[in-house]
Amino acid sequence: MNRLERKDRLVRLALLVVAFSAVSILAVITVFMFEQGTPIIFKYGVKNFLAGSDWYPSEKSFGLWPMIVGSIYVTFGALVIGVPFGLACAIVLTEFASKRVRGLIKPVVELLAGIPSVVYGFMGVVILVPFIRETFGGPGLSVLAASIILGIMILPTIISISVDSIQALPPAYREGSVALGATKWQTVRMVLLPAARSGIIASIILGMGRAIGETMATIMIAGNAVSVPGSILAPVRTLTSNIALEMSYATGEHRQALFATGVILFIIIMILNTVANATSARRKKAKG
Amino acid sequence: MRHPFFIFPLILCVLGPPSCRGGRVQKDLIVAGSTSIQPFADKWAEVFMEKRPGLGINVQGGGSSAGIQACKSGACQIGMSSRELKKDEKDLTEIVIARDGLAIIVHPSNPVRGATLAQVKQIFSGDLTNWKFLGGPDKAITVVTREEGSGTRGAFQELVMGKIRIFRGAITEDSNGTVREIVAHDPHSVGFISLGLVNEQVRALALDGVEGSEASIVAGRYKLVRPFLFLTKGEPTGSAKEFIDFVLSDEGQALVKKEGLIPVK
Repeated sequence: MNRLERKDRLVRLALLVVAFSAVSILAVITVFMFEQGTPIIFKYGVKNFLAGSDWYPSEKSFGLWPMIVGSIYVTFGALVIGVPFGLACAIVLTEFASKRVRGLIKPVVELLAGIPSVVYGFMGVVILVPFIRETFGGPGLSVLAASIILGIMILPTIISISVDSIQALPPAYREGSVALGATKWQTVRMVLLPAARSGIIASIILGMGRAIGETMATIMIAGNAVSVPGSILAPVRTLTSNIALEMSYATGEHRQALFATGVILFIIIMILNTVANATSARRKKAKG
Repeated sequence: MRHPFFIFPLILCVLGPPSCRGGRVQKDLIVAGSTSIQPFADKWAEVFMEKRPGLGINVQGGGSSAGIQACKSGACQIGMSSRELKKDEKDLTEIVIARDGLAIIVHPSNPVRGATLAQVKQIFSGDLTNWKFLGGPDKAITVVTREEGSGTRGAFQELVMGKIRIFRGAITEDSNGTVREIVAHDPHSVGFISLGLVNEQVRALALDGVEGSEASIVAGRYKLVRPFLFLTKGEPTGSAKEFIDFVLSDEGQALVKKEGLIPVK
């Protein structure tokens, strides 16, 4: 083995170590969280943890059901608001906008991604919450407020990935469709969107991940009540908010229950990702 | 590496509080616990360290329960608690260093001026849901509470609710400040905060006809009062005793009064 070969090997090894450090951090986090969180779940029963609706840690009652529902409501609400707007924006940017308009909108959207979540939360508290309270009634801190703010927060993710996937389509798709006499909108609806479907679904999955994991903004605008919300104007607590809100004082089993909350959140995200990946994979297969 | 976890205690010791590093730290007085008392303890420590150069006082938060635990285990010389000790915690020496009133606050535009403790209990248990029952407008009450584990919530639970739970639909915030902020902006809300933190943005309700004030608390007429406790393992000695004596002195208590708490003397 000559000197160059040895060097090559060394570099390869070093890169491998660095690459695996990311994976091992994930592994350490996972193991640590499960180690801390699962004992208490089994102590009080999986059913009580998942389906119980009373969260009173000081009385040893740890029901996460309202928070599980809360996380799902808020995430779903964010998608209802974020996906149509994001997709529309992506279509305009790729197909209808002039170069100048595109040059204006694209950087602005990217800037939106750089705004810290606490600023979104603050805007929500100062502008959106009073607006909802005065217009629709209720406390204002609500599922609706959280959904709107999170919907805005996931826009950049949805827009930029959708734009990339539409732009990556071969020009022949567009040209062929137009040559057949289709209008621009027909081309978008019947050719481009179906063709870019997997990328668009990926953008929605990533947006969903951002929405379900968002903590600071949700704590500020969702009201954090531990009950299954009866309407979109009712306050709600998500799993992430639960951990962040109570972490500072929690000791003993309360603390373990917060780790358990993290475990449940972890599992929910894994399930959502798997389902979403599976659907996009199946569609790809059916198409190909 | 079969045991990756052995790194954690190591990292904690390097990054963690100086208390686990040993060495010169022996001289430092460590005061830890309730985050409600922490800002006051910081003030006292600041003034006291000027008087006693060479003595370091390290004030840490963590919450009442953590402070009690730390005091028991010897991790700190003085623990701070803003709630009464439970039965199994009574083996520590308690020193009441100040008292703090709890105020039930509403929006300044709310015509309701007072309530009975029983009504407050019903509001927070979710049984009384409309201001019209208290002589106010026909509007639903927005209840704002603190998160589980908070000392202020613990004191409210003990002083007002007793065994009854605060109902699930209550909006939950994680500090006195945010509770006040929400009540200041929502005309139909009600919440509880430390009496010393009531300002012109909100109005405190009279309870059973008694306004919360230093006079009514000292006279024992205002019922929502919680003690701020310093805890030591056995009788306080050395620098811990000096610090506690300073806090209880006229100078220390004057500082308390300036910050809106009720002195013990």
